[in-house]
Amino acid sequence: MYAQMVKTEAKRVKSREEMTPEEAAFQDRIEAGEKIEPKDWMPEGYRRTLIRQIGQHAHSEIVGQLPEGNWITRAPTLERKAILLAKVQDEAGHGLYLYSAAETLGVSRDALIAKLHDGSMKYSSIFNYPTLTWADIGAVGWLVDGAAIMNQVPLQRTSYGPYSRAMIRICKEESFHQRQGYDILIKMCLKGTPAQKAMAQDALNRFWYPSLMMFGPSDKDSVHSAQSMAWKIKINTNDELRQKFVDQTVPQAEYLGLTVPDPDLTWNEDKGGYDFTEPDWAEFYAVLAGNGPCNRERMAARVAAWEDGAWFREGLMAHARKAAKRGVAAE
Amino acid sequence: MAEADLFEFLTRMGDNTLILGHRVSEWCGHAPVLEEDIALANTALDLIGQTQLWLGLAAEVEGKGRTADDLAFLRDAGAFRNLLLVERPNGDFGQTLMRQFLFDAWHHAMLSALCQSADPRVAAIAEKAVKEVAYHLERSADLVIRLGDGTEESHGRMQAALDDIWPYAGEMFLADATDAAMAEAGVAPDPAALKPVWQATVGEVLSDATLTAPDTDFSHKGGRIGIHTEHLGYILAEMQFLQRAYPGAVW
Ligand SMILES: [Fe+2]
Ligand SMILES: [Fe+2]
Ligand SMILES: [Fe+2]
Repeated sequence: MYAQMVKTEAKRVKSREEMTPEEAAFQDRIEAGEKIEPKDWMPEGYRRTLIRQIGQHAHSEIVGQLPEGNWITRAPTLERKAILLAKVQDEAGHGLYLYSAAETLGVSRDALIAKLHDGSMKYSSIFNYPTLTWADIGAVGWLVDGAAIMNQVPLQRTSYGPYSRAMIRICKEESFHQRQGYDILIKMCLKGTPAQKAMAQDALNRFWYPSLMMFGPSDKDSVHSAQSMAWKIKINTNDELRQKFVDQTVPQAEYLGLTVPDPDLTWNEDKGGYDFTEPDWAEFYAVLAGNGPCNRERMAARVAAWEDGAWFREGLMAHARKAAKRGVAAE
Repeated sequence: MAEADLFEFLTRMGDNTLILGHRVSEWCGHAPVLEEDIALANTALDLIGQTQLWLGLAAEVEGKGRTADDLAFLRDAGAFRNLLLVERPNGDFGQTLMRQFLFDAWHHAMLSALCQSADPRVAAIAEKAVKEVAYHLERSADLVIRLGDGTEESHGRMQAALDDIWPYAGEMFLADATDAAMAEAGVAPDPAALKPVWQATVGEVLSDATLTAPDTDFSHKGGRIGIHTEHLGYILAEMQFLQRAYPGAVW
């Protein structure tokens, strides 16, 4: 998802007997569905895992501006341009809410950004894929925001109060994001020319498997997932979410008259869902390791924005100091 | 007043917001701080929204069945009527900001006057837009002051930006037969009448920013009659790509 493979530092989930009294009381609160607030006691592992997870999610929102921003200046109509601007503005806003939620855990936004820039924190693998055509903007809204919604709707119930509240605000906007993407493709597929429809099929071909990768690898054996689920900072397994996503998306592709690029996709009556081909996990790990098609460009763009903007940030701080001094002098 | 004059006036308004909106949107994801990414996207969004209104009305007034999109995406550079100022490249963030401030100060004065337009359609657009632009001006003026009176480097960059863009400001106040016809009909103010308000706004902000306007009245001109800088062709090549590559397609 926007936060993939978040490490918890735990080798395995502690049993009740192994917990300190504080840890046991904390676990009781989680299980009772109480929200943990910034001033409450929490295990160090919980705090650090959340920082990684929320930080990674925030970074994804920020880096995610780039592939969509790539088409704002080329949007085909004024209305599409306005809608895309509004969408990308929302994503930057999501970044802001999430950095603020992370800051309640005692880490600054600047420190998180520094870790993004030095490569020690990640962002979602999906944003390392290029947007080559206008149809890709449709596919990103439909599939990428669609996958994000799958993950974020349950996270509204996450145990950490500020994270849960950020998710509630974000989810309100995400459905608009998915709709605008799908609407782009409806126009191209149902009212468009053969060339437009081919463009849409090509976008689905390229974004299908990377979208499935957004949920992360199969996690049934992963201790990180087990601990995160015990803490309710992860609500569903990666496989559950991926299955839900496929089941929701296939009929939408059919409505568009597009073919999901998976010859083995079949409806499984017994499980009431589709059987489908797993993405190429070797590609996924290569992208995470920095070898996706756009990793270098994305990071270079973010680092350049930060470094080129240093004088701006310093200028504002210097002005604030001067104004404070003048304020003191005037008293 | 001839409809052709009104069309001309409306494209001048709409092309300014379209081209500046395009330039501002180029910053998406590249701003110096997250709050600026949000603010710039918001400004671009306002400007594109205003473009839809101005060019929509222009198309209606023209009465040849063209739409706002046709005007935006299917005219060549010579038919664009925007000020040269708004097509200037973004440069560093200081140059973008100074361009925005000088434009906002004019735009706000212009829209405030247009709220009294004898043409109710023009007045209605102006009333909606002036609220958005009041905020643009507040924001750009505030940042110019803070960066002008910030560090030595930020001051230097803002002064350089001012020196660079200043020769493109004067075009805002030039008048031709179209403007005379608009003023005569009470549709729009005489451009020169906006200059004192603009000078007062700009003078006060620059003084607070410890910046000095260049001591020259020289002004580049031509945008309002379709003679542009080399930059506009590239903007249009990018902006109009899909409509040109897939003629007649709907999106
Ligand atoms: Fe988002
Ligand atoms: Fe997103
Ligand atoms: Fe989104």
